[in-house]
Amino acid sequence: MSAFLKLLFRNRLAALGAVVLGAILLLVLLIPVLPLKDPNATATADRFLRPFSEGHLLGTDHLGRDLLSRLLHGTRLSLAVGLAAALIAATIGSAIGIVAGYFGGRIDNLIMRGVDMLMAFPYILLALAIVAALGPGLMNALIAVAAVNIPFFARNIRGITVGLAGREFIDAARLAGLGHTRIIVSELLPNVLSTIVIAMSTTVGWMILETAGLSFLGLGSQPPQADLGSMLGEARAALITAPHTSVVPGVMIFLIVMSINLLGDGVRDALDPRLRSGALSRPRATTLVDRTGPVPEDDGKGLLALQQLQTEFHVGKRVFRAVGGVTLHVEKGECLGLIGESGSGKSVTALSVMGLVSSPPGVVTGGAVRYAGEDLLAMRYADLRQRRGENVAYIFQDPLATLHPLYRVGEQLAEAIRCHHKVSESETRERALELLRAVRIPNAESRLGDYPHEMSGGMRQRVGIAMALANDPDVIIADEPTTALDVTVQAQILALLDDLRRERGLAIIFITHDFGVVAQLCDRVAVMYAGRIVEQGPTKAVLAAPAHPYTSRLIACVPELGGGRRELAAIPGLPPSVDDLPPGCAFAPRCDKAQTACRQGEIALEGTGPRAVRCLFPEEAV
Amino acid sequence: MGRYILKRLASAIPVLLGITVIVFLIMAMIPGDPATAILGSYATPENVEKINRDLGLDKPLVQRYFIWLGNMLQGDFGRSFSLNRPVLDEILDRFGATLILAGTSFVLCAVLGIVAGVVSAARQYGLADKAITFTVLIGISIPAFFLGMMMILLFAVKLRWLPVSGMYAIYGGGDLPDLLRHLIMPALALAAVATGVIARLSRSAMLEVLRQDYIRTARAKGVPERRVIYGHALRAAMVSIIPVLGIQAGFVLSGAVYIEIVFQWPGVGRMLVDAILKRDILLVQGGVVFVAACYVLFNIMVDVAQSLLDPRIKT
Ligand code: SF4
Repeated sequence: MSAFLKLLFRNRLAALGAVVLGAILLLVLLIPVLPLKDPNATATADRFLRPFSEGHLLGTDHLGRDLLSRLLHGTRLSLAVGLAAALIAATIGSAIGIVAGYFGGRIDNLIMRGVDMLMAFPYILLALAIVAALGPGLMNALIAVAAVNIPFFARNIRGITVGLAGREFIDAARLAGLGHTRIIVSELLPNVLSTIVIAMSTTVGWMILETAGLSFLGLGSQPPQADLGSMLGEARAALITAPHTSVVPGVMIFLIVMSINLLGDGVRDALDPRLRSGALSRPRATTLVDRTGPVPEDDGKGLLALQQLQTEFHVGKRVFRAVGGVTLHVEKGECLGLIGESGSGKSVTALSVMGLVSSPPGVVTGGAVRYAGEDLLAMRYADLRQRRGENVAYIFQDPLATLHPLYRVGEQLAEAIRCHHKVSESETRERALELLRAVRIPNAESRLGDYPHEMSGGMRQRVGIAMALANDPDVIIADEPTTALDVTVQAQILALLDDLRRERGLAIIFITHDFGVVAQLCDRVAVMYAGRIVEQGPTKAVLAAPAHPYTSRLIACVPELGGGRRELAAIPGLPPSVDDLPPGCAFAPRCDKAQTACRQGEIALEGTGPRAVRCLFPEEAV
Repeated sequence: MGRYILKRLASAIPVLLGITVIVFLIMAMIPGDPATAILGSYATPENVEKINRDLGLDKPLVQRYFIWLGNMLQGDFGRSFSLNRPVLDEILDRFGATLILAGTSFVLCAVLGIVAGVVSAARQYGLADKAITFTVLIGISIPAFFLGMMMILLFAVKLRWLPVSGMYAIYGGGDLPDLLRHLIMPALALAAVATGVIARLSRSAMLEVLRQDYIRTARAKGVPERRVIYGHALRAAMVSIIPVLGIQAGFVLSGAVYIEIVFQWPGVGRMLVDAILKRDILLVQGGVVFVAACYVLFNIMVDVAQSLLDPRIKT
């Protein structure tokens, strides 16, 4: 709702801009038929009449000239000059840009060097220099403003053209023997036209302002001809005695520029779909929790337990049920594997535990997450924050993106410690060193001063693990921690995690899409598909005799453990989109054994002992 | 670091040369006899002969450029005929005033803009965000010279809080408090547009950064939200804010021309406008080259600041 209101608000502003600008344009176009006085007719007796005086709606200026008439004429002149400058700048700038982009090589180099030089000026200085050479005057001001905006167009259009020049249709035109001019005019120009128009719409406001500015300085339009800038400039002398003569043209410039800005913003927002979907909203400090149903009772299972957890993404009117009632638990010293393809909801499940799902758009809509019996979802932010890293820590995939690029590794480790414990600087450093050694980083001492980009992928991931260990947590949630690494490094990291688990009695939830990794590390495994668990059980038992058709396919994807390489049997089809799940088994569209019964109604997760499966026709009875 | 600064300084040399070429070419567009144009009403036969000799105006264009450049490198920017004194002396006398005005404005717009943008992003869609967004919209649409005039009307004429114009009071004054009282209005008027632009950019840069994976990592570590936003996110956002500060500095320097006129601030901008109106070509030429060169040097400082912040930049 608020996203909708926001969009409306924004559109309203754009509409307001359009209305104001439209009204101004209309007034200006109607000048010939409006009953206006002669803008240049002086009447010294009527100097400085206030607004709303007899016969002069906006009053008169220092020569007794009618302000309303002068305002409209001045507005027309300002708009015309600004627009003309924009057109000239766009035409010449785009021509330069297209030529540079199309020919490339040395021509491009030379032209762009020149453009860079021009852009090295504070732009009004350049305009002043041009006016100084040509002499004051409206025409010269127009030329100056157009000239200083040429580099902007040249650079923009060149960028687009370079991209286009390498495309097939240009090559085809060349092969067909068309000349350069033909190609530029008939092939390139139509494709860059929209960019030119957009660039013009964003700069025309500036150019109106700039020409008005030059006129204000007395370098543009010369009396008696007056644009808005020179009206303001002339009125300045009487600013204190007759402020209305300044306010009238000033407000008009403001209205013109603002309405153009509003309109431009609205158009840009409308064209940028990222803003529309609310993707640029700021994620809150924790995931929004909005549980409609009752909160499940604590069943005393496990150190960390998820009970009927439901997490959804609300994007506009669409609802993506990323996690649809997941129940899991992990004991002290145990490693649980959570496996599934990307998009199965396994990462969202993991992030939901500590409220790390981005919200908006994420919302936890049901269930409970219990750490030592306490419901984390019901906790206040301050309490939850204290448990993050201290009790439950995360290791993420791709440490290049997940470590802060601008902080040294040592600083990031120290921070992890110090946001939970008040310890001295030297102790923190000792601890950080200890951690780096614990994850077997050689030359730990010197590594503390490194930035993440200075390390190899494997070393970075070790830092990620060290950071997770910083406060001796009881539970570690590792989200595909080895996916970005090569095989040898992956094996080292897995061995490291296994050792740490045994030494420290850590509970690990290990998220992966690779059964090979699960086989090496995990005691138990849960298989996720379309936001739900479809099979779970002890790793050995599941590997030996998978019950769910999806599980057996996943296992088939792994090269035989210990044996030679086997054909990779990719699973045909894609996981379903979780905003529109069919009734019954979500895997049915990709399942060989699917029958009509599978597509009707809810299928329960059933089994005996530690094993369970969500399938009507399992491969093995459990 | 020292080497990086030297490298950047070296790379500025071609840019500076380019600037002199551009200014020279623009001045070569002056219609008619250059000597007469430069001298204007001072064009007595002796003067014409003297200036032809000094500037080599009777020589070919390329040669003239090198004579001019050589003179400038020796600190000789020519002589202003309207003021009857060397151009460089006049510029140096006035540059301090412009530096105070533009420098203050730049600090104001950087600080206010970033604070407003960050607060706006941190309270997205809240009251503060809406208020800031609205103010920014007004700020970037109001021409600086008009804003300055309205400020004079309100604060100097109506409320009588601040002096109308000038840099120091004519009687008494001359000390720092006096300068500050004169500085407030022009500095604010000059900073308005840039503040708005920087605030907008800072807001979107923060929103972009707050979605990054390393922010999630910071939260997962248990870093308090305050530190997440004002530490981790702001630091990363600065990487995209700093280059815009460099660009905005150019706009502040440009805007100073208007503001110096409105507030009768005795700076280079006002000198340039006066010089153009009096057709004092050498003064304009020298002033433009001087200010543009300062801006190039300032941008090197911006680059150095950026490299200090971002270790990924190869120094
Ligand atoms: S329930 Fe039916 S469709 Fe689903 S996995 Fe089992 S057999 Fe296949």
